[in-house]
Amino acid sequence: MASKKKLASTFPNMVIVLTVVALTSALALSLTNISTLKARQMVEVKRTLEALKEVLPEFNNDPSIEKYSVENFAEMEFYPAKKGGQPVGTAIKTYSDKGFSERIWLMVGFDEGNKVHNISVLKQRETPGLGTKIKEPKFRNQFAGKDPASFTLKVKKDGGDVDAITAATISSRAFCDAVSKAYRALSGGKR
Amino acid sequence: MSRELTISLSPHEKGNLSVEKIMWSVVIALIPALTASVYFYGIHALRVVVLGMLFCIALEYLIQKFVLKTKVTAFDGSAAVTGLLLAFNVPSSIPWWQLLIGSAAAIGVAKMAFGGLGKNPFNPALVGRAFMLASFPVQMNTWPAPLRKIWESGADALTSATPLGILKEGVRDGTPIADLADKMPSYFDMFIGNMGGCIGEVSAFAILAGGIYLLSRKIISFHIPLFYLLSLAGFTGLFWLFNPVKYADPLFHILAGGAMLGAWFMATDMVTCPMSIKGQVIFAISGGILCGAIRLFGSYPEGCSYSILVMNAFVPLIDKYFKPKRFGKEVDNGK
Amino acid sequence: MNLLKELHRGLIKENAVFVLLLGMCPTLAVTGSAMNGLGMGLASTAVLLGSNMVISLIKNLIPDKVRIPVFIVIIASFVTIIDLIMAAYTPDLHEELGIFIPLIVVNCVILGRAEAFASKNSFLASLVDGFVMGLGFTFALTLLGSVREILGAGSLFNWKFVSEDATTILLFILQPGAFIALGFLIAFVNKLTKKKIQGGE
Repeated sequence: MASKKKLASTFPNMVIVLTVVALTSALALSLTNISTLKARQMVEVKRTLEALKEVLPEFNNDPSIEKYSVENFAEMEFYPAKKGGQPVGTAIKTYSDKGFSERIWLMVGFDEGNKVHNISVLKQRETPGLGTKIKEPKFRNQFAGKDPASFTLKVKKDGGDVDAITAATISSRAFCDAVSKAYRALSGGKR
Repeated sequence: MSRELTISLSPHEKGNLSVEKIMWSVVIALIPALTASVYFYGIHALRVVVLGMLFCIALEYLIQKFVLKTKVTAFDGSAAVTGLLLAFNVPSSIPWWQLLIGSAAAIGVAKMAFGGLGKNPFNPALVGRAFMLASFPVQMNTWPAPLRKIWESGADALTSATPLGILKEGVRDGTPIADLADKMPSYFDMFIGNMGGCIGEVSAFAILAGGIYLLSRKIISFHIPLFYLLSLAGFTGLFWLFNPVKYADPLFHILAGGAMLGAWFMATDMVTCPMSIKGQVIFAISGGILCGAIRLFGSYPEGCSYSILVMNAFVPLIDKYFKPKRFGKEVDNGK
Repeated sequence: MNLLKELHRGLIKENAVFVLLLGMCPTLAVTGSAMNGLGMGLASTAVLLGSNMVISLIKNLIPDKVRIPVFIVIIASFVTIIDLIMAAYTPDLHEELGIFIPLIVVNCVILGRAEAFASKNSFLASLVDGFVMGLGFTFALTLLGSVREILGAGSLFNWKFVSEDATTILLFILQPGAFIALGFLIAFVNKLTKKKIQGGE
């Protein structure tokens, strides 16, 4: 029953069918793209905002709008936080390439005394069950309230003050590397 | 167990070797290494070894009796050897349930799933070890220090890095080899086994004694151990000659880690090594180079078990090109 | 057409993963947790439903010689649509599954059903086929993901039933664990569904 009225494979037929199919799908794709565009953009904004809330002291401005970059640290983003117009801290989006697989992205929040307020992991692809433990509060919380001027941002094995995750020294090192990059950027690039 | 059908090339002369005899000879050959281990690590080493053997025999029995419903051959000694070798490849502080899971991987995944003794392409004990290393990296990389060191220090328990672990860390930090010497055990300590490591691999001397026993009983031939260690020494020696600041010398590589145990007892496993002498030599040389390459350039400090597992995979290919001599073509003593 | 019988066919008898061994790439790559398996399964099912429906509707308008390019364009469009929707509304899952969502395009299950079923059958039959095959795929991926998550992470659908510091069999959420778990699941399904092979040695 199916093949009795099937369109013959002549050249014009093939061109027409392929063109129509391609055009239809292009139309469907552009419609989906337009209708989901806003939601997809919101995802990034929401993520950034959540991370900022986690790592910074309480603020009431919108750091995302006031975000800036500094010449020597071009890949990092600075988010100044203010409360009632008074600066309360800066969050820095920082990264490290020393991880086990891809680049690790962190958001590190500093208060006005240049102490680490809190840290949030934005993106990582470390080994599940081992390196992924950098996301857990148990590891991250040891940085909270520490001043990198006196708290050496290296794992203990390398002579620093950071307790590495067991069996995930590489990920721990990458985490420290990203945080100390952020601190260097803060000292060198704060407005 | 006596095989009813012999599946190999003719001639089929009935020898006086049986699976039981071979396996129990291997057990006897491993006793010196076990003794050395109990001497250095205490009763925990013995406990792990006994548990490993029990687990493997019990699992093989249960699988044969209740899952496969075939003839039970769990007591032919092969499961005992697997358990013994698996226990030799773990630190003496390993929790019992992790050893049980490792035994399940060795017997269930590597051996019975492939059809039992003689049909497994990979060395079961090494599969068990690889499984445990990937599953329990923390416990598999915690090495209790030898008892004497603990007594000398007065602490309750001590952990000590393995020589290969110290080497890897040092090289990563760019420390010259000579500066690592004070952290390292002396070559004499490494030879007798006074260092951190897996239960059965630490004492090169005891392993050598067991290996010579197996040689004298004609259960293994000298080709695999000799060429494995030679090629490991050759490969690492080449780099050492080229840059002795960055690379350790070949003697260190032979004495450290699992090279001795692997060369004498793991690579020589009859089921998973090539049949012909030529094939065995190629198997051993490639394995030694692989082991050296993993140690020098891999992210793991030790590569011996992986080198043997990788070469296990090549055995069918090697056997295809290096068949044992046909009967009647040429007289060849021994094999 | 008996819906129950069809369900049995999709879930067990002709299960895309356990019996036909199709779609191995997502099966092995993204089943590190039950949630990822379920998400991947549902995304593939949505694509399969869409492509089966559209292809069965226009089957008589497609000249034979260009049917494969037409199928692929249709499937790729559905995949991209799903990709965009997931990026917008399930961003976390979208990030976890990553490259494997666009790769649904090359999932043999989908092109296989288009070629073998939808291009020869009615709209309704293709709809049911897409539904049961997709369900079978989802079932397999979720099951595999559950087994791996339970053994490897001590949790199920992110609900942790062992303490935070407990040691689990990490291997199972790593790649080799996917192969081992899949092998044993297939053996188990075979044991359940197939009669014993007759004869001895």
